[in-house]
Amino acid sequence: MLEIRNLTKRFGGLTAVDDISFRVAKGHIHAVIGPNGAGKTTLVNMISGVYRCDEGSVWLDGADITNTPTDQLVYRGVCRTFQNLEICGRMTVLENVLLGFDRYMSKSLFTTLFRSRQLLEDEQRYTDRAMHLLSLIGIEEFAHQEARNLSYGILKKLEIVRALATSPELILLDEPVAGLNPKETAEVAELIRTVVADEVTVILIEHDMRMVMELSDRITVMHFGKKLAEGTPEEIRNHPEVIEAYLGGNR
Amino acid sequence: MRTFAQRWNLKPSLAFLAAVLAIVPFTLSNDFYFEIAILALFNAMIAVGLNLLMGYAGQISLAHGAFAGLGGYIAAILTGNYGLSPLFSIAVALGIMALLAYLLARPILRLHGHYLAMATLGVGIIISIVLNNEEELTGGTDGMSVESFSLFGHMFTESWEWYLLAALHLLALLWLAENLIDSPLGRILRSLHDSEKASASVGVKVAHYKSLIFVLSVVIAAFAGSLYAFFSGFISPQEAGFNRSIELVVMVVLGGMGRLYGAVIGAVILTLLPQFLTAFEDYQTLIYGAIIIGVMIFMPKGIVSLFDRWRRRG
Repeated sequence: MLEIRNLTKRFGGLTAVDDISFRVAKGHIHAVIGPNGAGKTTLVNMISGVYRCDEGSVWLDGADITNTPTDQLVYRGVCRTFQNLEICGRMTVLENVLLGFDRYMSKSLFTTLFRSRQLLEDEQRYTDRAMHLLSLIGIEEFAHQEARNLSYGILKKLEIVRALATSPELILLDEPVAGLNPKETAEVAELIRTVVADEVTVILIEHDMRMVMELSDRITVMHFGKKLAEGTPEEIRNHPEVIEAYLGGNR
Repeated sequence: MRTFAQRWNLKPSLAFLAAVLAIVPFTLSNDFYFEIAILALFNAMIAVGLNLLMGYAGQISLAHGAFAGLGGYIAAILTGNYGLSPLFSIAVALGIMALLAYLLARPILRLHGHYLAMATLGVGIIISIVLNNEEELTGGTDGMSVESFSLFGHMFTESWEWYLLAALHLLALLWLAENLIDSPLGRILRSLHDSEKASASVGVKVAHYKSLIFVLSVVIAAFAGSLYAFFSGFISPQEAGFNRSIELVVMVVLGGMGRLYGAVIGAVILTLLPQFLTAFEDYQTLIYGAIIIGVMIFMPKGIVSLFDRWRRRG
């Protein structure tokens, strides 16, 4: 479904991402792991059009999407979340989710200013769908609260829900459980397994090794910008270089 | 089932304001008071437009005085020098201002925070310099007189006619602004304020919507500015000056950023204030500065937040 070919990104003298290639099969959860500073987030930023790729290309279902801006990628079925939350704090939880649905709703000035019937019906329909999504995740009770008043764990979930609202085929999750406690981590893992991975292909950037090993179909290991290894969780767990570079101390 | 008021987004606040606006004329004993009331209404229109840009979409403009003034000048020049009808010249002025705003928006709105403030400040100063120096067209620092306003052959001479015109336009503007805010488009504008990254990540063309709200806001300012020029019969570069732009920002901040009726309240207060402070005219800018600082420290959400507190208690 997604193919990354020889992606390279340099910041001055530092090569943050160095000749990375891998393929993600449809319906898979593909994890990208690596120590801090390995270039994982840079890679996500390149795939999602935030950074320009210096070299290499990104292919989605056979079409070249290299350097496509983030907002246009949504219309090709690619959506992302952020390592550091990007939530609209002054808007309610519900409004944040509706923002994800806005791609389907009329934004013409005329229908907006004169409140066309279509506009109101859409608003009602997507409010229902947003509430349904929120209840799947179990945070519907917070729907009408301002997002900035809520806990980090809820907002992490909210960001995933917002991304799901755009109905992506591929979703890039950049450290979805960073900063969460074990209970919340388990909830988000469950959310990814049941709600997200059910219909969507996932690229999962994550530190939490247990979660990665449990969820992933395949894992790519990055180290100092380079690809160190790739394989199933079982292969990665027993890969000598990975153990040395990354898992070493823990095992 | 939706009620009529829900279908058309007619809120109690709008009805309340309409009632107040209907009562006010009976308390105005002479033309001078009328003049101030009308000025407050036009200021309120500009402030509501500026609030959409600043309070909702989170983009600051320190040039709205200049945009309003320039709109007034263009309309005045088109009627005075080229003999166009007032209505048509306002329409042309709005078209020109929309185009100007659109051309400015793309390069300027890439900037954020202080940088955006500085850039709009620069635009405002340029407009002000042009108005001061193009004496042949604008009359330079002395300003120029503006033809009287007529609509479909009817001359607007009475104060109450102007009051009615301004009040109806303000109410219509508030209704449209309310519709804008309570819509997917409005949601997108508010999201830009909080996180442009979030907006882009769900498919929002950030630059497009920033330009849209900027153009809209400038057109509203120019509309009110040109109507005001016709009303006062005279326009000078002061009305497009830096102080004027600051005054408009203070109206929005004082009333409450991102609160629709806050801008109206701020505009009314700041229009009345100079009347009470005539003895301190030289210190006007100083007082505005003090107001901004005071509001930022003691009620950062503006005067409207006081009503919220009072309502919660009651």
